Amino acid sequence: MNSILKTKKIIKHFDGVKAVDGLSVEIEKGKITGLIGPNGSGKTTLMNLLTGMFPFDGGFVAVDGVSGIKKIRSYDIPAFGITRTFQDVRLFEQMTVLDNILVVLTERNIVSALFERHKKIHHEKAKEVLERVGLWEKKNELAINLSYGQRKLLEIARALAMNSEIYFFDEPFAGLFPEMVKLVSGIIKELRTHGKTVVLIEHDMGLIRELCDYVFVMESGKLLAEGEPEKVLKNKDVIEAYLGE
Amino acid sequence: MDYFIHLGILFAIYVILGAGLNLLVGYTGLLSVTHAAFYGIGAYTTAILLTQTGFGFFSSVILGIFVTMITAFLVGIVLSKFKDDYYALASLGFNIIVFSAFLNWQDLTKGPLGIPGISRPELFGFSFSSNISYFVLAILFAGLIYFISKFIINSSFGRVLKAIREDEKAIQVFGYNTQFYKLAIFVISAGMASVAGSLFASYITFIDPSSFYIIESIFILTIIIIGGLANMRGVLLGALFLILLPEALRFVGFPSDIAAQMRQVVYGLILVLLMLYRPKGFLGEYDL
Ligand SMILES: Nc1ncnc2c1ncn2[C@@H]1O[C@H](COP(=O)(O)OP(=O)(O)O)[C@@H](O)[C@H]1O
Ligand SMILES: [Mg+2]
Repeated sequence: MNSILKTKKIIKHFDGVKAVDGLSVEIEKGKITGLIGPNGSGKTTLMNLLTGMFPFDGGFVAVDGVSGIKKIRSYDIPAFGITRTFQDVRLFEQMTVLDNILVVLTERNIVSALFERHKKIHHEKAKEVLERVGLWEKKNELAINLSYGQRKLLEIARALAMNSEIYFFDEPFAGLFPEMVKLVSGIIKELRTHGKTVVLIEHDMGLIRELCDYVFVMESGKLLAEGEPEKVLKNKDVIEAYLGE
Repeated sequence: MDYFIHLGILFAIYVILGAGLNLLVGYTGLLSVTHAAFYGIGAYTTAILLTQTGFGFFSSVILGIFVTMITAFLVGIVLSKFKDDYYALASLGFNIIVFSAFLNWQDLTKGPLGIPGISRPELFGFSFSSNISYFVLAILFAGLIYFISKFIINSSFGRVLKAIREDEKAIQVFGYNTQFYKLAIFVISAGMASVAGSLFASYITFIDPSSFYIIESIFILTIIIIGGLANMRGVLLGALFLILLPEALRFVGFPSDIAAQMRQVVYGLILVLLMLYRPKGFLGEYDL
């Protein structure tokens, strides 16, 4: 197996709550990996740890050929080829739809950024990703004025603009209308076609079956099961964990 | 007429102060209550250089910017440890420290007595001793600072500042080490305040610590909140409004000494009413 991202006994406790409790997973390059489990089982926390939203209390991460990583700073995430969306949609609310995309495309170096205005290539890339999610017409609207579904799509467009190797999507389908679900699942499949790696948190088992090549099931911060979706979803413990909710 | 020119000069000075503070509070979302400290450092640098050394006004402006920016750099590193309310409080603390330095570092600042006899600028033998010439000079400086602020806001750097204001943690995930951005804009904003300080010192020709206390920081904040945060035209409007307000009070018949005190009450009242009914100010894009 050609893994691109690994965690080794990674731990995160919040005042006694073992949100992620010695979890080891291995994500395969170029595949869509599902991350499922009941509410509060630690799925989002795992993504947060892997994107440096807060430090982990123990364990290691290996990504993109670098192993033994004990500390991840969020601003180094793109250098590891990772980008993400957030379960609780985090846009730059009082900025336009276009600016929400441009801001992740432009110069990172602070001095160059001061003397740069967005260039044609930035604009073209922004147009490409906004058209992909059907938001180009809304480019001059403030993000805060979009509908919930449009906001989720804008977040996905922002991730696409990063041209990353690894995409983390935290419940991208939640609260979307059927035609939007179709659009997003199309985007995720397309990423795989282009050899990108996707990690997907999702509650709809139909979508998990349709999209995922492999699934990890979490419960109480631990790994409950892993394997191909068909097999895992028939696993007694997994069914029990979900029914017990 | 001379009185209108006087108001015009004050207007220019407050536009500079407002523009710099708006970059920080309006665009980056850092509620700094210490702008008067940097304003004061600029004023004192010019005052000391012009009264005690052979430095001219324009080189004192440059040196003032330099001193202020270095101070702001050090203060900014400390402030970067704080967020939100704590940031506001810590920055306020710094204003108090600087104020007491002005008051107590007597060898340098002459303490509460202040520094009199600050000369007016001279350039190629021309002295800006008349108020009308000083007005032109002040407006030129204000125009320059206004232009620089616009330039910053419209750059890629400026867009990142707004993203920091909206969601700092989220923009970090896209590869921005936001500490540097916040520090940079803090230092730039302080440098602008220093220019206003130099202009003020050389215009009034006398300074003492009282012009640079917290109330002045709050006054500058009021300008940008009234005009509207994250809007450059709002700075013009806010400065105009707050400078004309005491005149308006006098006009409706308050005696001048009462008008001066009423002014603070009315400023306070306006702030409360704005927060209640229009937290975005007149032209604002963003509320605190
Ligand atoms: N920032 C946080 N502070 C405190 N507790 C948290 C935080 N984030 C998550 N938790 C707790 O960690 C556990 C796992 O949460 P989460 O990772 O969001 O679960 P999931 O995404 O699987 O629904 C929950 O008990 C949650 O309350
Ligand atoms: Mg979650």
